[in-house]
Amino acid sequence: MDDLLREFLTESGEHLDTVDAELVRFEQDPNNETILRNIFRLVHTIKGTCGFLGLPRLEALAHAAETLMGRFRDGLPATSASVTLILLTLDRLKAILADLEATGTEPSGSDDDLISALERMSEGPHEPVAAAPPPEPVLPDPVVRELKPGEVSLEDLEAAFMSAPGPDESDFLAPPPPVAPAPTPAPAAPAAVAPAAPKAEVKIEAKIEAKAEPVEAEKPEPARVEKVEGAEGEATAAAKNQTIRVNVDTLEHLMTMVSELVLTRNQLLEIARRHEDSSYKVPLQRLSHVTAELQEGVMKTRMQPIGNAWQKLPRVVRDLSAELGKQIDLVMVGNETELDRQVLEVIKDPLTHMVRNSADHGLESTAERVAAGKPARGTIRLAAYHEGGTITIEIADDGKGLNLAAIRKKAAERGLASQADIERMTDAQVAKFIFHAGFSTAAAVTSVSGRGVGMDVVKTNIETIGGLIDIATTAGRGTTFTIKIPLTLAIVAALIVRAGEHRFALPQVAVLELVRVDAGAQRVEHINGAPVLRLRERLLPIVSLTGLLGQSSPGAETDQAGFVVVAQVGRERFGILVDEVFHTEEIVVKPMSVKLRHIPMFAGNTILGDGAVVLIVDPNGVARQVAQGVQGSGGHIDSDADEAVEMADTKTTLLVFKGGQGSFKAVPLSLVTRLEEIECAKVEWLGGRALIQYRGRLMPLVPADAAITIKSEGTQALVVFSDGERAMGLVVDEIVDIVEERLDIEIAADRSDLIGSAVLRGRATDIINIAHFLPLAYDDWARGLKRPEQISTILLVDDSAFFRDMLSPVLKAAGYQVITAASADAALAALQSDPQIEVVVTDLEMPGRSGFDLVAAMRRAEPRLAGLPVIGLTGAIGADAVERARSLAISDLVAKFDRSGLISALAEIGAATVSKAA
Amino acid sequence: MQAANANTSGAPTNGVETGATDDFVTVYVGETLFGLAIERVHDVFVPSGVTPVPLAPAEIVGLLNLRGRVVTAMSLRRRLGLPDAEAEADGTKASPKMAIGLEQAGETFALVVDGVGEVLKLGADSREAVPINLDPRFRDLATCVHRLDGRLLVILDVDALLGFTPAGAKAA
Repeated sequence: MDDLLREFLTESGEHLDTVDAELVRFEQDPNNETILRNIFRLVHTIKGTCGFLGLPRLEALAHAAETLMGRFRDGLPATSASVTLILLTLDRLKAILADLEATGTEPSGSDDDLISALERMSEGPHEPVAAAPPPEPVLPDPVVRELKPGEVSLEDLEAAFMSAPGPDESDFLAPPPPVAPAPTPAPAAPAAVAPAAPKAEVKIEAKIEAKAEPVEAEKPEPARVEKVEGAEGEATAAAKNQTIRVNVDTLEHLMTMVSELVLTRNQLLEIARRHEDSSYKVPLQRLSHVTAELQEGVMKTRMQPIGNAWQKLPRVVRDLSAELGKQIDLVMVGNETELDRQVLEVIKDPLTHMVRNSADHGLESTAERVAAGKPARGTIRLAAYHEGGTITIEIADDGKGLNLAAIRKKAAERGLASQADIERMTDAQVAKFIFHAGFSTAAAVTSVSGRGVGMDVVKTNIETIGGLIDIATTAGRGTTFTIKIPLTLAIVAALIVRAGEHRFALPQVAVLELVRVDAGAQRVEHINGAPVLRLRERLLPIVSLTGLLGQSSPGAETDQAGFVVVAQVGRERFGILVDEVFHTEEIVVKPMSVKLRHIPMFAGNTILGDGAVVLIVDPNGVARQVAQGVQGSGGHIDSDADEAVEMADTKTTLLVFKGGQGSFKAVPLSLVTRLEEIECAKVEWLGGRALIQYRGRLMPLVPADAAITIKSEGTQALVVFSDGERAMGLVVDEIVDIVEERLDIEIAADRSDLIGSAVLRGRATDIINIAHFLPLAYDDWARGLKRPEQISTILLVDDSAFFRDMLSPVLKAAGYQVITAASADAALAALQSDPQIEVVVTDLEMPGRSGFDLVAAMRRAEPRLAGLPVIGLTGAIGADAVERARSLAISDLVAKFDRSGLISALAEIGAATVSKAA
Repeated sequence: MQAANANTSGAPTNGVETGATDDFVTVYVGETLFGLAIERVHDVFVPSGVTPVPLAPAEIVGLLNLRGRVVTAMSLRRRLGLPDAEAEADGTKASPKMAIGLEQAGETFALVVDGVGEVLKLGADSREAVPINLDPRFRDLATCVHRLDGRLLVILDVDALLGFTPAGAKAA
């Protein structure tokens, strides 16, 4: 293939992509002469070159398309059908070009179908819809056709064209025609249309509104670069003349050489450090600077605007819009944001896929949107911007949001996590299930998506380049995917660590923190041989790097001192145990040899400043290995979380904070909804009470101690408690820690705001009584549930004084009389002696006679006791516990900390008693 | 013809040539002499600072820094299915190991051998086909054998040598 042909292929490919995007724009904005002129010119160029190179098939097609576009120029309204036809022609052109590229010759075949259709369309009278065979039966965009009466503007357009010499380069370089006539059509159009097509009025206005922004944005010259819609204006064309084409291989080679230079520089610096009085210092410094600048410059040559990856999207969205019958606006922001072309290649397809997904799954149908009171046109917004050393790309739609309930259900069905886990997960965690292979909640499989392939591939692709993907979704408001990717893959910051005898580099993007472990307080523990670390009261699965790399038997070294590198890949957090951590270094990533590329543990290798070769550990590979390894030894990462919960059964997890005069206070963590840090400026005062707007509601703030005053500036720490829709912020001085301890409370009865005090981590700590604070926030909190008439006295059985003291005020506040018993025996005695007791609330797990034994004894006793309703409190509601409870006619099982669950269970029993009595 | 192709001490003389000759770099592993086509040999160096690659195929010794390039080092012994030299109590070969820099598909490899001999210029007259009773591992990697004075030189096929798949050895 000769150079000329190759050049032609590259150029035509780019031209066609541009024409694709421009046509979609033109369809929406048929009065824009600039766009039309541009399209016309590009197609004309292709046609001319084809003729020159002797490519008859391409030439004939391009000619037919050009003729039809010429008719647009002469005033033929651009209908959806005709634009679609031209787009189809462009697709054919691309297919022929691809063949040409592969074989070097134009493939044989006939394009008579398209050519005749194009000719029919261009010869046809001004009734294009009747004349043309519409390829898609439903074209949901009647607006363009409706604009027909606005022919005044088309005449303007024509006049402007007639004054221009012709569709060649010289024309293009001519000074742009006065901008003044261009904006006129836009306001004129609705006025002209309104009487003609009253039915379409609403749609048109919506469209004009939606389009107003880009049209206006085009008027000032510099703004054009910002939008794809305005990207191919004269401004960029002029800029094109300042660029040259460079072979990618040349750039790659340059990059390699610069990387070598960086390494050599690093080595020199290392040497200079050892020789104190070196006279090389100054020139070396200069060399260092020049190298850094050179590196930056060469990196820049590899940079391409992300707009290149987006170029195809307007077309994709247009086609989808027709296919799905939805009206979709695509807004693209920051398409000049540059990133490494290697990265660009990797994210191109995922981006397209996600936009397709947003259009198909994310956005509702027009009817649904209107019914929901949203604008009929859905919007997909793509935004890209730099953030530190990474690029953030957002893909947002204003659709219905993810159906989290459906995802939860599906995740449980597919056994991705246990039901209990899924219920505990936050919405963000649940949303991430869509990244599992084969996961789809689409009710119907469409040709666009819903087959459950894709999102997992998207995630994999992004993770292979060290990127992260996140989802934020709000029901009814839309979904936003956020992708964070490194600027370049060639040079990364890495942590240099030692494992066994060798050093390794760990890419810093995956590293969250470092924890020093030894045989003392922070030590690695084992569950069935699997090493774990307690980190802020969460269990972190640990892998030893040496074990992972087969250098020592797993678990053998985990007792020794070392460092745990806490890493996160996607949803998985894990710790990598290493022996030593040295420093961080900007390393030049060199690819692994083909002979070693199959090892999943390594992402590449590099040469350090001291000349040694080190391997770069791939966190993704490690993450996969962690999951497998833990599975192999009898459990999954998620089930480790279960064990953490079970361990909490014997110990209680408490949130410790400073509240008032430096004293330590604590509250059971399970009662806490969230910890917040708020801006003091956001605190509002209403009727002497402090409030803050929190998640769209007003939340009262209550100081945890009389000595605490809400700060007036800076930030204020809050412990948020919520109950149903109500939330309260407990104002504390400082959140100190979360501790897991066996509670031994000494009761301090003189203060209602405290349950008592306990020794936590060697400090005397007050355990606060939340039941005291809730009514302070809402007068009616406790009275929220109407006191049930039928039940008035409850026997609360729990061996733990802490729970008795915590629950009694809650129950009392809810309007019940409470009698407490510390054991099954005491409970039976109380039941015998007090006929007032109408409901028994008992802890099921008690030392000695358990709650089950108590209930069994009651059931065997006299009829009054045998018939008493019982509510069981349990730490973990397992299947066997449910079974056993059912056999003993226990009315309800409530999780131990579920205060509101208990109250509603009591209310239910009350209601049941009423209905029985009636 | 083939005047002074002495294997050990003779200079690489060419003597009186009758036909085209090929140059070979000779290397030895244990007692066996091997020849590598000189066009394929880029470097001869002493490997140092080899970073082992865990989980790598047995043939791979590790990675090393050769003038700023990362080079994959491969043991000829292991490639031929021979035990490592360290295991041998061979006092005569006490000198440090040598490595031959080879290139394939744009990637540089270092072939670690016990030692490097001289460059020999050999003609077709001393060439023999690979004996069929050779160990298959040798047979797969050898192109021919040259008869030298008192010993034999096995010519290795560099592409076959480097052409093993990560899963294991592959037939040439």
